[in-house]
Amino acid sequence: MSRPPGRKQEYHKISRELFVLTYGALVAQLCKDYEKDEDVNTCLDRMGYGIGVRLIDDFLARSSVKKCRSYSETADVIAQVAFKMYLGVTPSVSCSSAAGNEFSLILDKNPLVDFVEELPAERASLCYCNLLCGVIRGALEMVHLAAEVTFLQDRLKGDAVTEIGITFLRKAEDRKHKRN
Amino acid sequence: MAIFSVYVVNKAGGLIYQLDHYAPRADTEKTFSFPLDLVLRPHDERVVVAFGQRDGIRVGHAVLAINGAEVNGRFTADGKDVLEFLNNPANYPVSIRFGRHRLSSNEKLMLASMFHSLFAIGSQLSPEVGSSGIEMLETDTFKLHCFQTLTGIKFVVLADPRQAGIDSLLRKIYEIYSDFALKNPFYSLEMPIRCELFDQNLKLALEVAEKAGPFGPGS
Repeated sequence: MSRPPGRKQEYHKISRELFVLTYGALVAQLCKDYEKDEDVNTCLDRMGYGIGVRLIDDFLARSSVKKCRSYSETADVIAQVAFKMYLGVTPSVSCSSAAGNEFSLILDKNPLVDFVEELPAERASLCYCNLLCGVIRGALEMVHLAAEVTFLQDRLKGDAVTEIGITFLRKAEDRKHKRN
Repeated sequence: MAIFSVYVVNKAGGLIYQLDHYAPRADTEKTFSFPLDLVLRPHDERVVVAFGQRDGIRVGHAVLAINGAEVNGRFTADGKDVLEFLNNPANYPVSIRFGRHRLSSNEKLMLASMFHSLFAIGSQLSPEVGSSGIEMLETDTFKLHCFQTLTGIKFVVLADPRQAGIDSLLRKIYEIYSDFALKNPFYSLEMPIRCELFDQNLKLALEVAEKAGPFGPGS
């Protein structure tokens, strides 16, 4: 999958179906491995975190966005640039708190659930796309923004839309060598 | 036009990657008879030429080898102090190799963390709030360019002062890092980069930048 060096940036496309199937296989295997939904969710979140801490540099290298000066700018960049770049969809952003640190991304199209209608009865509290939450959390942490990311609504569970909530926590402690 | 070296420094100031790209330095080996017409003195852990520059042996060059055997800092291969050895007429005629001392990896580590601190000081000294750290350091023989990503990794490139296109080279190195280091699942973050693909692609990028010459790539 590596880019041939020296040539202008090209995205080497692979099949979307393969990606969606791979994700589905991952979740299915986790469901076999763990009985409780919470364990599967935690596992997905942790995996996503591992992806996020690496993906952020790829995102910054390719998109050359400038440093965000506010939480709302950050949420906009996540929705309009990052989601577009990696999943091809653009969720809409809304701020859901007066303090200005809680945002929700509303996805009307989620490629990961292309082939899933609804969750099986025994997996009612499974967050199928929890990997995405981990990715966002990991990526934000690497740019020194601590956040909690969860699914607020999920179409697979019968809600009207899929909504990801990002709550920015107090900014990560500035260490001795303050980085600006 | 040349790019001399590339350093990658992690968030904590530790050096995680280093590449020296410059042409092999010219060592000079000559046979001398007593008394030595060069003035030598100890400096750090080596013996350097303080005065008496001639024939390719320049001030600042270190004693690299005596009679073919490499010296070990201030001592010869068999443990004798170099300066004492060269003060003894019985050891002459002697063949000494001089050359520019290359930094050891420990020294590079130290210099990288020192630069990391200076970088932070640079941004604090700024009269403007939210300034970046040191982006360029210029001397008469080289220019040091530094690019810090939003995640805190610094890419430092030392190049010829006339070399252009270093900014785009730094961005390119960032891309190569995000591809071949970060996407390698066996590479742990913040650790020294030991990825073959990263090396290869970096060297290729350096060659492209060098070929582009003083006007940068795309000219």
